[in-house]
Amino acid sequence: MDRRHFIRNASAFGALAGLSALTPAWARTGLAHGPLRQPGLVPTVKRDGLVEYDITIDRTRLAFGGRTGTAVTMNGTVPGPLLRFTEGDEAVIRVHNRLDEMTSVHWHGLILPNDQDGVPHVNFPGIAARSTFEYRYPIRQFGTYWCHSHSAFQEQLGHYAALVIDPAGPEPYAFDREYVVVLSDWTFEDPHDVLAHLKKRANYYNYQRQTVAGLLLGEGMSLGQRLDWDRMRMDPTDIADITGATYTFLMNGQAPDPGWSGLFRPGERVRLRFVNASALTFYDVRLPGLPMTVVQVNGQHVQPVETDEFRIGIAETYDVVVEPGDRAYTVFAEPMDRSGYARGTLAPRAGMTAPVPERRERPSLTMMDMGMDHGEMGHEGMDMSGAAPGAAAGGMAGMDHGIDHAQTEGMDHSGMTMAAAGGEMAMPGQDRSGLRPPGTLPEVTMHGPDDHGIANAMAPMQTRSRLHEPGVGLGNDGRRVLVYTDLRSLHPEPRRAPDREVELHLTGNMERYMWGIDGKTYTEDPLIPLVYGERLRLTMVNDTMMNHPMHLHGMWMELENGQGDHIPRVHTVVVKPAERLSLLVEVDALGPWAFHCHVLYHMDLGMFRVAMVQRPDDWDAERLAEMYPQGLPPGFGRPDLARG
Amino acid sequence: MLRSLALALLALAASAPVTAQDDPPPFPEYPDFRPGAVAAADRDLYSLALLDIFEVAPAASGVPARLEGFYRIGTDYNRLFVRAEGEGLISEAEGEAEVQALYSRLVTEYFEAQAGVRLDTEFGEGGLRARPQLAVGLEGLAPYFFEVEPFLFLSYKGDLSARFEGSYDLLITQRLVLQPEAEVTVALQEVEDWGVGTGLNAVEAGLRLRYEVEREVAPYVGFSVLQRFGGAADFARAEGEPTSEGLFVVGVRLWR
Ligand SMILES: [Cu+2]
Repeated sequence: MDRRHFIRNASAFGALAGLSALTPAWARTGLAHGPLRQPGLVPTVKRDGLVEYDITIDRTRLAFGGRTGTAVTMNGTVPGPLLRFTEGDEAVIRVHNRLDEMTSVHWHGLILPNDQDGVPHVNFPGIAARSTFEYRYPIRQFGTYWCHSHSAFQEQLGHYAALVIDPAGPEPYAFDREYVVVLSDWTFEDPHDVLAHLKKRANYYNYQRQTVAGLLLGEGMSLGQRLDWDRMRMDPTDIADITGATYTFLMNGQAPDPGWSGLFRPGERVRLRFVNASALTFYDVRLPGLPMTVVQVNGQHVQPVETDEFRIGIAETYDVVVEPGDRAYTVFAEPMDRSGYARGTLAPRAGMTAPVPERRERPSLTMMDMGMDHGEMGHEGMDMSGAAPGAAAGGMAGMDHGIDHAQTEGMDHSGMTMAAAGGEMAMPGQDRSGLRPPGTLPEVTMHGPDDHGIANAMAPMQTRSRLHEPGVGLGNDGRRVLVYTDLRSLHPEPRRAPDREVELHLTGNMERYMWGIDGKTYTEDPLIPLVYGERLRLTMVNDTMMNHPMHLHGMWMELENGQGDHIPRVHTVVVKPAERLSLLVEVDALGPWAFHCHVLYHMDLGMFRVAMVQRPDDWDAERLAEMYPQGLPPGFGRPDLARG
Repeated sequence: MLRSLALALLALAASAPVTAQDDPPPFPEYPDFRPGAVAAADRDLYSLALLDIFEVAPAASGVPARLEGFYRIGTDYNRLFVRAEGEGLISEAEGEAEVQALYSRLVTEYFEAQAGVRLDTEFGEGGLRARPQLAVGLEGLAPYFFEVEPFLFLSYKGDLSARFEGSYDLLITQRLVLQPEAEVTVALQEVEDWGVGTGLNAVEAGLRLRYEVEREVAPYVGFSVLQRFGGAADFARAEGEPTSEGLFVVGVRLWR
């Protein structure tokens, strides 16, 4: 389209054409010799490591494909401005709320003081209508992150932005140019209506169910399989609660046609920083014809892994480096249920495009997702624990560290207690809690007798690690797909053995669109009590048929993927159906921290808790007795931990 | 102490974890600490108004019309249900209607127990008359996705009757749905005034093919058959009503 033609069209559409320009400057198609990095928001103040930004939250009209709606925007765009920092900076971010309702900004994945975390009624009262709140915190990490509203459904309405922190030192991987690629989902419906629809009829947006026509044509399940699922009142096509039936899938705020594009010079190594800022959409990302090297996950360096495709859970970030040839590539992000796609183009010259791949068939859940595949499961479980290369190393590392710790710091404190604690730690995995060594994978476990009541439709017979599996609908078309067990942290790190294990079951009743943890909603059971200084093993068991991206605020989670002292650190982890996975958490941040599923609608309906971190002295005796019927865990009696 | 631990870790690895502040926020007074206005949707009320049947039988004499639907509102566990159904002849302005107001509680993953009152009415030339009953039953989803609704009714005079309704949604395509449906009524005592006989009273079956233009708006065509038995058939004959009939129906299914 030449420029004159475009102008004519624009005036024909009048106001509408102007509306569609909600794309932030950083995400507009670059020039052939444009900057090597996308332009971040210009700081209000920047000196001596102090970086100040001003962000305005407002409602802004936007348009896609001839329809118009109203977004909740940061500085008037969807996504918001690109915020850039350097590790070691002091961040000051003034958020001006121009809405007539409360807002908030949560800095997803950042380790910061509790009162700067930005979750209303958990960490602070929220940013009242027409007021300003100043965030201030030190930047003590690097990597790709994002921020979003934690108020009502504002996140679904466009209130999110990418946040990039450059390391203080050099990057371990070479690249010439970088692009931030924010994936999200947009609906013209009021999100309250979306939720009301799901409450009325949980399959409201599913137009990919198996039909008689499909059955006769031999598509999907056989009749026998179908009857098995129907008997259990479960629908294996229930992959995404909200689909392309209402969603427009966005890449950098742009609908698929023509979509966002990024330019490069042939021969350049391009780093793509993918952020999944969706409310509900898991994306499968690939650049047909171009292998990707994954170098960072959740803002953390990992040992490079080459892959053709990866699934990015809601709220996760993945950084990849690609070496494109002198041609255009489609950046293709398919939602897990295949009901549409987000699309962009990476090209050496403006205007070039590459073919859009055909959408794959919508996947179907299997009996494995119900924890019902008995025979095979035991085997795989065995294989996995046997093959876990990090198991022994992790154990050793934990042990070493335990001893170091006791020697260097413990001695000058209470000898008695430390001797006990030291002894404990010298034998990780064999301490009195009987926990397996750090970094290792959980074993196949039969589901306990507690089925979590009627808020949980079905407890899997057995649960097991599925970190080596790519997930529903992936891994069966010959492409390499990244899996969680591929992730190894760049540097080895000794992992202290856990002091105690907390097991949480993710529960739901799809038929009534109920979601919770251990069969209870947030209101019914708000707190997870944690003790400052303890080393926690957080084990999550997914008793539902949906994937849940679980996110802990304020503290890192170390994903026990069998890589021993190389296990990766994450802020968000996707728990697959019928999966049992565990994470190690250094409980080193006092206060109430949000812990929740990052599917916005699951979170709002109760898949949310507050991880309440207090010193042991601050927990009353009764509560402690409740938490530890078998007696206090190691570490509790340690005065150093008790008094910080 | 924590800071020194973090520093020790930093010395061990370049990408060691950073830790948060040492300043504790004030300890929230549990249980008065009420975090979570962010996730209040688990306390909200949700409602549904469904007009499942809203149809006429244009080919039949007198143009029979019929509606059946409910409104429900409540939380996940406790709801109020108001059900209504009625049928009549448009040409004669006569018919009968039934209204129920029920408290409903989720008792299993897929079933709610319901109890309340039911009011039967009959209107026409002779005016309007009514009889109240107590109603208790279940509503939910049986294995294989059958929607079932077994109910017991006790009239104010102590007459006991039961009704079983079941239906199924068969997807021909994503929007074209065939819905077979059946309703069986039985009674323990004869209630001549209301045309109720002892034992099996009637079996009614319907087959409706709807097209979901929107989820909420689905016009349909269908066929509905009714067979009365025993005493109920005798009473119907005495009233000049058919004991069995088959009707071609057109209608629309609506909800919001
Ligand atoms: Cu979830």
